[in-house]
Amino acid sequence: MAASLRLKAAILSVLLLAMFLAAWHLATLSKTSAQVVDAEYAKLVGQQASTGQKSAFPTPSDFGAKLLEHVRNPFYDKGPNDKGIGVQLAYSVGRMLLGFLLAALVAVPLGFLIGMSPLGYRALDPFIQILKPISPLAWMPLALFTLKDSDISAIFVIFICSVWPMLINTAFGVASVRRDWLNVAKTLEVRPLRKALTVILPAAAPTILTGMRISIGIAWLVIVAAEMLVGGTGIGYFVWNEWNNLSIVNIMSGILSIGLVGMLLDFLVGRLQKAVTYVE
Amino acid sequence: MSFLQIQDLAKRYPGSTVFEGVNFAMEKGEFVCIIGHSGCGKTTILNVLAGLDAASGGTVIMDNREVAGPSLDRGVVFQGHALMPWLSVSSNIAFAVKSRWPDWNRIQIQVHCQKFIDLVGLTGSEHKKPSQLSGGMKQRVGIARAFAIQPKMLLLDEPFGALDALTRGTIQDELVRICAATHQTVFMITHDVDESILLADRILLMSNGPNACIAEVVENTLPRPRDRHNIHHDPQYYRVRNHLVDFLVNRSKLYQTGEEKRPVHPPAVRPGVEEAAEASAKIINLRH
Repeated sequence: MAASLRLKAAILSVLLLAMFLAAWHLATLSKTSAQVVDAEYAKLVGQQASTGQKSAFPTPSDFGAKLLEHVRNPFYDKGPNDKGIGVQLAYSVGRMLLGFLLAALVAVPLGFLIGMSPLGYRALDPFIQILKPISPLAWMPLALFTLKDSDISAIFVIFICSVWPMLINTAFGVASVRRDWLNVAKTLEVRPLRKALTVILPAAAPTILTGMRISIGIAWLVIVAAEMLVGGTGIGYFVWNEWNNLSIVNIMSGILSIGLVGMLLDFLVGRLQKAVTYVE
Repeated sequence: MSFLQIQDLAKRYPGSTVFEGVNFAMEKGEFVCIIGHSGCGKTTILNVLAGLDAASGGTVIMDNREVAGPSLDRGVVFQGHALMPWLSVSSNIAFAVKSRWPDWNRIQIQVHCQKFIDLVGLTGSEHKKPSQLSGGMKQRVGIARAFAIQPKMLLLDEPFGALDALTRGTIQDELVRICAATHQTVFMITHDVDESILLADRILLMSNGPNACIAEVVENTLPRPRDRHNIHHDPQYYRVRNHLVDFLVNRSKLYQTGEEKRPVHPPAVRPGVEEAAEASAKIINLRH
């Protein structure tokens, strides 16, 4: 039953993809009727595009060919404006992971403290509530001004956007550890550090990982936007640079790779989350 | 001086008193049950003994030391078993054993845990997670964990309340066996009159709360060893049982209204012993 459902779903997915590709193909078919256009304009945009012989929007096969090219050689580096898509993704993932890990280093211990102290929870709550809804990109000018380095600013933006979900979830997870388990630790005279590591941490781990999963999703969304602003390297910069190059196929390759990497990141954290989840 | 002494214990909240003037003592190796309706403060008394709750007044002295805060000297079996779901059966017990003997190596801990796993009849389930166990098995792990630290006193908070009658019976049998073997001092909360007669040496009867008190201490005159399967054939069984049920149904509410006097030191009663003596005297008279 479950297997047949999965098979049906897979067939349907393939069918939907095929329909989408077919629609795309039809929409970008070359039009045969010749058009007379202004000579200046033709010079500017290229003969083919100006006369309508071929749409400026790539066909699925154009895109496929470009994609294959990227897959075959993802890691070349021919100067600042021509790097392989793999290199650019590596820059983005590295930057994002650095910001994310820094955020985890701050958010998890701080969340622990807040979660264990009702006073701290209440005292910090207004700050968290105000800071949480701020778009991370709004921090960018302030970061550039104070940090004076575009790369560090991008990492800071990732840090600031991933810190809140992790902080809130850690605090919530720690605060809602079952009273019974804490009482067990109390009656066994377990020392505070051991209690934190062997009772509270495993009890709160699923909630903490949920926060991390949300954070890494947001961080991946934000890094693309931040790199468009900051420039230099990264997949966000790549997409923006290809817009300046008017290479729609490259923009589309960038978009697809962002999606794939985002999915992979979510999958990995999801596996980790599953590993620490317990059944009561 | 008794092993455990509770003097003038009280728990008050602003505007209400749960219980006050609670006095009783326990000897080493004794099994004491406490019975009373919900809200009389049984669990609070147990939590004070465990060091998990603070009383508003009075003192608890165990083994010549005042009880202040939790201690490894008093093991607790919680009502809701309180096993850590991410740990296996043996790891749950090992967690307690490591707390009790931090210097032990892995093998010492493992051997000690296994002994108590075998004791409660969970051999073969060492590596199961609590979610894979039935309610009865979970409670056995809780009992094994409490016994494994070899505390001076064991506190059981209605440990079989959530179990079905059949499972409850088997675990009661096991508890009887383990207590007989270890001479453990036990203080236990129960709602089950039959359970208290099977297990306890003495049964504390609490009047209804608020303003509850210990009204009476019933001495369980049924001889040991007791067997769940034929204990009810002893004529004395129903004398004790009727006394307990009478108290819970009729008398437990009279202490609030003043129809029954609140005792400072609860009287010890031995229900049915005089009647039994009279009855046997009659039989002897008839024979003559």
